[in-house]
Amino acid sequence: MSAPPIAARGLRREWGGRAVLAGVDLRVEGGDVVALRGANGAGKTTLLRVLATLLRASAGELSLFGHDVRAHAADARRRLGWVGHDTACYPDLTGRENLGFHAALHGIRQAAARVGEMLAWAGLEAAADRPLRTYSRGMAQRLALARALLHRPALLLLDEPFSGLDAESAERLAVLLAELRRAGTAVVLSSHDAGRLAGLATRTATLVRGRLEWS
Amino acid sequence: MLRAAFAILAKDVRIEARTKESLASALVLGVLLVVVFSIAHDAPPDEAPRLAPAVVWVTFIFTGLLGVQRSFVIEREHEALAGVLVAPVDPAALYVGKLLGNVLLLGVMQAIIVPLVAVLLHVDLVPVLPALVLVLLLGNLGFASLATLFAAVTVRARAREVMLPVLLLPLLVPVLVGGVKATQAVLAGGLAAAGEPLAVLAAFDVIFTTAGVLLFEQVVRD
Repeated sequence: MSAPPIAARGLRREWGGRAVLAGVDLRVEGGDVVALRGANGAGKTTLLRVLATLLRASAGELSLFGHDVRAHAADARRRLGWVGHDTACYPDLTGRENLGFHAALHGIRQAAARVGEMLAWAGLEAAADRPLRTYSRGMAQRLALARALLHRPALLLLDEPFSGLDAESAERLAVLLAELRRAGTAVVLSSHDAGRLAGLATRTATLVRGRLEWS
Repeated sequence: MLRAAFAILAKDVRIEARTKESLASALVLGVLLVVVFSIAHDAPPDEAPRLAPAVVWVTFIFTGLLGVQRSFVIEREHEALAGVLVAPVDPAALYVGKLLGNVLLLGVMQAIIVPLVAVLLHVDLVPVLPALVLVLLLGNLGFASLATLFAAVTVRARAREVMLPVLLLPLLVPVLVGGVKATQAVLAGGLAAAGEPLAVLAAFDVIFTTAGVLLFEQVVRD
C-alpha cells in the first residue's frame, strides 16, 4: 500500500504568540478532495503553506507521500502543486516564459510542448507572449493554476482557487478538479464558496481555534 | 543543482534585460558619485590617480547595494519566491543563481565605472588591465556573496532600503579595504605587489560564498 499524500499529526504554528494551528491532525488519501473552511484568520492559509512546505510547523509531524518534510522536503515537493493568494510568477515575464522557468525548475522533459499544453488548458494561448503584468486577475489566476499543474502533481494545495475567476473559468477549474479526483490526485482547497465546495469535496473540515472539525 | 541555478540566472538576466531597472538606477548613481568625487577633490593631474582606488571601490559598494537589493525585490512581487521554494530546488541553487546574476550585474557596472574613473582621474589602465580585472572580480564576488545573503534577509523588512546598508556595510570593510589596497598596489607596481590584499579578498570570497550556500535555506524560509 502506497504512503498517503498527507499524513499530519499535531501540527502547530504560532504567529506573534498566538497559536494559529493548535494541533492539526490530517490524513489525505489519493482521490480525496478535502475542503477547508473557516472564518477569515482561522488559519487556512497557514495550514496550506505548512502542507506546501513553505512554512515550518512549530511542532508536530508532517509526511508527504511517506517523506518526512523535515528530512526529505525536495522529494515531497516533486509531487505537490500549490496555488496561493498570488500567482507566484514574475510580472515582467510572459506567461510562456513563466511556465518555461517552472518547467526548468521541475526538470520537465519536452518542456516547450508541456508549457504549450498548459497554456491551452488555461485558455491563455493568445496572451502567452504578453508579460504577466498585463493580465487580468482571472488570467493571472489561470496562469497560477497552470504553473501548479505543470509537473502533474499527485497532491494539489489550493488557497481560494476560485477567487478572481469568471464563471466560465471557475466551471473549467471545477471540471478539472473532478477529473483529478477520478485520476487519484489528492486535493486540499480552501474557499468561501460553500456551494462550489459542496459539489467538489469528498470531505469538509472547518478550522476552529486552530483545530480541524470534520463535517 | 546547477540546472536550477542556471534557470534562475537566465530568468534574472531576462527580467533585467527587459526592465533595465537595476542597471539603470545603479549606473546613474555610479556616474554621479564618480563625478562628484572627482569634482570635490579637484586634484591636479599628477596627484589625481592616487584617488582612483578609493573612488572606484566606494562607488562600487554604494551602487552595488542598489543593484543587489532590486534582485530580491522581484522575488517578493506576486510572491514569486514561493513558487521557486515549492519546487524541488535546493535553496543553495537559488543562492548560486542569484549570486551569479548579481556578479554579472556588478561586473557590467564595474566595466562602466572603472573606465570613467580612469578618464576623470587620469589613470592609464592599459598596462595593468589583466591584474586589475582579477582584483575587480575578487572584490565583486566577495561583495556579491555577502550582499546576496543579506538582501534575502532584509527583503521582507519594511525599511529594507535602510536595513541592507546598515547590516552589510560594517561586514564589507574587508572587501573595501582589500579592494582599495589591491588596486593601489596593482596601479603602482603590478600584481606581485598586491599579494596580501588579494589573499584577504580571496579568503573573504571563499568564506562568505560557503556561508551563503549553507545558510540560504534558513534565510529564505519562514
